[in-house]
Amino acid sequence: MLSLLSNANVQWVLGGTLLLGVSSGLLGSFALLRRRSLMGDVLAHTALPGVAVAFMLTQTKSVLPLFVGAVIAGFVGTWCVDAITRNSRIKEDTAQGLVLTVFFGLGVVLLTQIAKQGGAAQSGLDRFLFGQAASLVGNDLILIGSIALVLTIAVVLFFKEFKLLCFDPGFGTGVGLPIRRLDQFLMFLVVCVVAIGLQTVGVVLMAALLITPAAAARYLSDRLPVMVFFSGVFGGLSGVLGTLISLTGRNMPTGPLIVLVATAIFVVCLLGAPQRGLIPNAWRRLRTQQRVADENLLRALYETIEVKTGLATAGENFADSDVVTTTVVTNEELVERLRWSPGKISRRMRRLARLGLVRLVGAGEMSVPAAQNNNRGETCALTSQGLARARKIVRTHRLWELFLAYEADFAVDHVDRDADDIEHYLPPSVILELEKRLKEHDRDSSLPPESVHEIR
Amino acid sequence: MSYDLWVMLTAALVASSCGFIGCFLVLRRLAMVGDAISHSVLLGIVVSFLITHSLGTIPMFIGATLAGLLSTWVMQMVTQGGSNEDAAIGVTFTAFFALGVVLLTLYAGDVHFDTEHVLFGEIAYVPWNLLIINDNVLGPRAVWVIGIVFALSILITGMFFKEFKVCAFDPGLAVAIGLPVTLFHYVQMTLVSMTAVAAFESVGAILTVAMLVVPGTTAYLLTDRLEKMLILSVVIGIVSAVLGYFGAAYWDVSISGSMAVAAGLVFLLAFLFSPKYGVVIKLFLTRKKASEGLV
Repeated sequence: MLSLLSNANVQWVLGGTLLLGVSSGLLGSFALLRRRSLMGDVLAHTALPGVAVAFMLTQTKSVLPLFVGAVIAGFVGTWCVDAITRNSRIKEDTAQGLVLTVFFGLGVVLLTQIAKQGGAAQSGLDRFLFGQAASLVGNDLILIGSIALVLTIAVVLFFKEFKLLCFDPGFGTGVGLPIRRLDQFLMFLVVCVVAIGLQTVGVVLMAALLITPAAAARYLSDRLPVMVFFSGVFGGLSGVLGTLISLTGRNMPTGPLIVLVATAIFVVCLLGAPQRGLIPNAWRRLRTQQRVADENLLRALYETIEVKTGLATAGENFADSDVVTTTVVTNEELVERLRWSPGKISRRMRRLARLGLVRLVGAGEMSVPAAQNNNRGETCALTSQGLARARKIVRTHRLWELFLAYEADFAVDHVDRDADDIEHYLPPSVILELEKRLKEHDRDSSLPPESVHEIR
Repeated sequence: MSYDLWVMLTAALVASSCGFIGCFLVLRRLAMVGDAISHSVLLGIVVSFLITHSLGTIPMFIGATLAGLLSTWVMQMVTQGGSNEDAAIGVTFTAFFALGVVLLTLYAGDVHFDTEHVLFGEIAYVPWNLLIINDNVLGPRAVWVIGIVFALSILITGMFFKEFKVCAFDPGLAVAIGLPVTLFHYVQMTLVSMTAVAAFESVGAILTVAMLVVPGTTAYLLTDRLEKMLILSVVIGIVSAVLGYFGAAYWDVSISGSMAVAAGLVFLLAFLFSPKYGVVIKLFLTRKKASEGLV
């Protein structure tokens, strides 16, 4: 591997794929945000006839004329897609598919025409179809690398303008930016990167270099600079890693490997991105469900105790923690209140016990009949810590109920369910506001207020 | 039957079966999904070859159809995972295709099975690959495969014609009246995959996509009725195939390529001269209105 890295040609190839990856990653994120991802695919295919014509005219395989041919053909293709969507009822994606295949068909026809004229000279054109980064030579790479570098610099220079183009073109027009020109300029840059990418990774896979790193970076941030940065990094990383893997294996195709590396990065981001990834999302959802269930059980415990001890009607005893924490609640009572299965209540009860919020009351203790209890979640009592939590939850619930009943004029028998839905999500600032409002109704206390409806 | 006729028959069958099912792709705005499926089947072909070690039609057909379906499913999952729809399409099919190419070069490099062949196909070889049962030569194998797939898609579309129609024109209504929209989507995508696989083998990915998209789009410019659109699309496909074949024979170039170009030319005609949606008639009507306005 090290000996490979010290090889001058390998260094050139690595440099080329790195720059290509970075520039296509950067441009790809703008294309993605403009919802033009598949334009890369279209451009790569439409470039083929341009390349063929350029070869027919110049009879050389060197990068520059073929690059110019690809750019011109790409532009004609974009123009066709545009003309078709503007002048008929055909939608953009259909027009893309149509232009892509017809141009590519034309390209294949021209290639066979070239093949007829002189077999050997044509062989180099095949690399446009699958790309052969590893077989590129110094001069080509210098050109590819410098074009990629220019493109990268262009993106950096026009960053603000492109940002506006992506997010608020209307405002851009308002402040006097030539938005249409900018859009065409962006498209021109994309065409250029496709034209150089063709020779490295090939027609089909050039699309991936534009789309995949950007799509992966999209999962990492909602901020454009961060996204563009990651997209460039991912592009460069795919280019380098893909090239290295292809150099180690026997006759491994570079383009597809670059794409596979990019895809692997995409999958990692799709699954694991901290904010938008599927796994963190599922984890957060699970956590919220847990918390909601915990809080529901705590409130049910508290309300059961209220009813049992008659606290609900005796406001002044709310503060008496001892009475509350020594009252035992059974599984059946909670089943009655929550309509959960006994198994679920036992599970949740044991969970709360692990968190130190309730105490599983053992056999013989506190007038619990011995036979009824094996301490697997049949009976429990609140701990003082649990009581504090429960008070907070019940208080939020009742504050919201009070708000609905007094401020929003809901019927008293309608407020319980609505409060159920929202009590877990009320932020502290809202709770403060509720308290302020409810002071006017003379229901101010740091303890849960009396319920507005009857607690059964 | 002569060599030319077999090639033309194959191409016409490919064109009509692709054109037929392609109408639904065009109407449902899934043209690029068709493109994606056609590329993804490569992976299925390679994997089933690696598993069975044969180039037999049936295992490849099953493998490739499954790969096409799998790619549709992955695209949907990625879209639901928060990506743009077109980004999801692009990521998925390029990954499938890249994996296919890598597996191909790694494990099947020595078989007569090169990527170029897969991309462009070589319809010129079709008549020599014969289906022989009990020493009876039944004609080229491709003709049978494509013919059967075409018959199947006509049959299924005929059975669910009304449902397909609602799904194509008013997906919201389809959901509202309780149609199993997702099921129908996958039924259609299975048909697209099968058609793509059958066509792929003989004409390559590119002509397959061309025939999936172009005739349907052309027909879409010519009529507002689904029944007519389907028939027109098949006819346009056949016309493009025949024109393309003669063009290829005349200039001695790639048959698949020239068929795609021919389809493009037919589209151009419809785009310019369609009696209802053509550019020329619209221009004429605008002029007329303008002059009437002046009077």
